[in-house]
Formats: sequence, C-alpha cells, structure tokens
Amino acid sequence: MSSQGGARWAPEIAGLAIGALETFAMGTAKRPLGVTSAFETAASTLARRLAPQASRVNEFVAKREATPKIDWEVLLAPGIVLGAFLASRASGTRGSTLPDAWRARFGESRGKRYAAAFCGGALMMFGARLGKGCTSGHGISGTMQLAAASLAFDVAMGVSAVLTAKLLFRGGVR
Amino acid sequence: MKRDPLGKLALGLATGTAFGAFLQRGGASDADLIMSQLLLRDGAVARIMSTAAAAGSIGTHTLRAAGATELDVKPFQVRSVILGGVAFGAGMAVLGYCPGTTLAAVGEGRRDAMFGLLGMVAGALAFIRVYPHIKEVVEATDLGKVTVPSATKTSPWPWVAGLAGLAAAAALVSRVRAAR
Repeated sequence: MSSQGGARWAPEIAGLAIGALETFAMGTAKRPLGVTSAFETAASTLARRLAPQASRVNEFVAKREATPKIDWEVLLAPGIVLGAFLASRASGTRGSTLPDAWRARFGESRGKRYAAAFCGGALMMFGARLGKGCTSGHGISGTMQLAAASLAFDVAMGVSAVLTAKLLFRGGVR
Repeated sequence: MKRDPLGKLALGLATGTAFGAFLQRGGASDADLIMSQLLLRDGAVARIMSTAAAAGSIGTHTLRAAGATELDVKPFQVRSVILGGVAFGAGMAVLGYCPGTTLAAVGEGRRDAMFGLLGMVAGALAFIRVYPHIKEVVEATDLGKVTVPSATKTSPWPWVAGLAGLAAAAALVSRVRAAR
C-alpha cells in the first residue's frame, strides 16, 4: 500500500504530537490550527490585484464581515509545506505521484489524475469556505473544543466522503 | 492590508512547520492512506484525528481552566456547515487529500497534490465570486458560537473524557485486529 521507505510514526504518536501542537497554539497564538482561511485571504488578495471588477472582490469583503489580513494563520500554510519537505528529506520518504488505489481503478494516465485532483481540490475548498473550516479547523480544532458547528461538519463531511469514495472506487481496488 | 507583528508571523510559520512534519511522519500526506480510510479499509487517519482531538481537548481545556486561553469556535450556521461539509467530503474523496495534507504532500514532492493545490485556489476564487449571492440563504439559521457544554449547560470535562475514551477505544480495536 505504501510507496514510502522510512518507518512512519504510529497514528497515535502523530495524533499526540498534533494534539500537543494544538495546545501550544492555543497557549501562544490563542488560536487553534486551521488551513483554509489562508486560501480565502490569498484568493481575495489575488482577485483584488488581477481582476477587482470581474471577481467583485469588494462586494465579497463587505459581505464576509472579516477583513483579509496577513496573520498567524496565513503563515501556517507555507509552514506545512516546509515542514513536510524537511521531514520527508530527513527520513528519505519522498512521495510518489499516482496513488496505488487510483492506479488500480483508473489506470496510469497522469492527466486524468491531475484533472481529478484539480476538480476535487476546487470543490473541497469551496465547501471548506462555505462551512468555515476543514479537517483541521473543524475536524481537529473544533472537535477538541466541543463546538457544535464542528461536530455537525464532521458528520456531514464523513458521510459524504465515504459515500463518494465508495461510488468512485466501486469494484476498483483489490 | 493589515498584518500581524513579525514575531507572531514567525510563530505561525514555526507552528505550521511542526504541523507539516507531524502530518508527513504520520503518513497522512499519502493519498493511499486517506483513500483506504474513506473506503473503510484502514483506520489510521481516523486514529490520528481522534487522538489529536482528544489530546488537544485535554490541553486546551486545562489551559482554559488556568485562565491561559479562551475557546475560539466557529458559528453554527446550520445550512453553511452541512452543505459545506457535504461538498468538502465529496471533493476530498476525489482529490485524496484534505487541505492540510495537500500542503504536506506538496512539500513531499507529490505532483498530483500540486494540481489539487491549484484547484483549491480556484475553489477559493469561486467562493469569493459566489458568496455575496448565497450569503442570505446559507446563513439564515445561525445558532451562534455554541459548544456542546454551553448548549447543555454542563461541565466540559465529561465530554473531554468522552473524546479521550473514543480515541483510546480506536487504538485498542486496531491493536486487537493487528494481533489476530
């Protein structure tokens, strides 16, 4: 199943490390971990620079009731890329491009995989900004705070993801 | 545009770097691990998330009891949260990564995650364009920043213990299965 070389941490070890990091974040920045609001900030900045009229970005900012700001959370995103880069280098576990499950169901075409990844990423981010969170912001950070919105998001996300995966990979893997 | 002070930005970069390293070492940046979780063939991703939520819950509520932090929760806008969760889950199943693990997979050098990242930027741009037209409808029912303890007027600790119990049970089940 895995295309990686070095030994991975047990899931509970990785989970404890992330839970400790959440506690560190709550104690220092006074905020929990989240990934996708950085994308909202980046996209609204990009829209304002490139196509302020066509994107109607001013209307968005006025209605969103949250002014885009380069803050602690925006810096988490490049940090994640950097941290994973360093960890994969240090452990000799650089990733492959075509997941095994995907190859078994949809074949060797890289173009097909890249197109699907782009579309999946777009739908996922739209949902994240609509629901104001993701697997980090709701799934871990909101759940640990026992937030009602996050627990509802967890259920909706989980059911939808499992049903979609079952449909997509029907009869494909193994 | 407004900015946090440099020290706080550096703290964000350092915190994100640790997060990315932990995700990578746990194997969460591997789409196969996430896909096998969504196909219910393997529980590793759920174990990472439930352990993280349980440990973070104990830490956060301890800090809060000591007056060292305050909760920071999202408003429960029922339609946004449900529709958002459904769209998010479907997109994640197609992509094979969640937002944080997409970034980690990009750091690991996975080409498919880079296309996923471009898609995420496109999705955020689409959201900016659409949001003003759907705001009134999707945010119609807003229950506010409620938590389970605040809504039920109970202490958070039994619920925190419940999260810890779930994580421990998931770990135990996986060990029993592995032993067989």
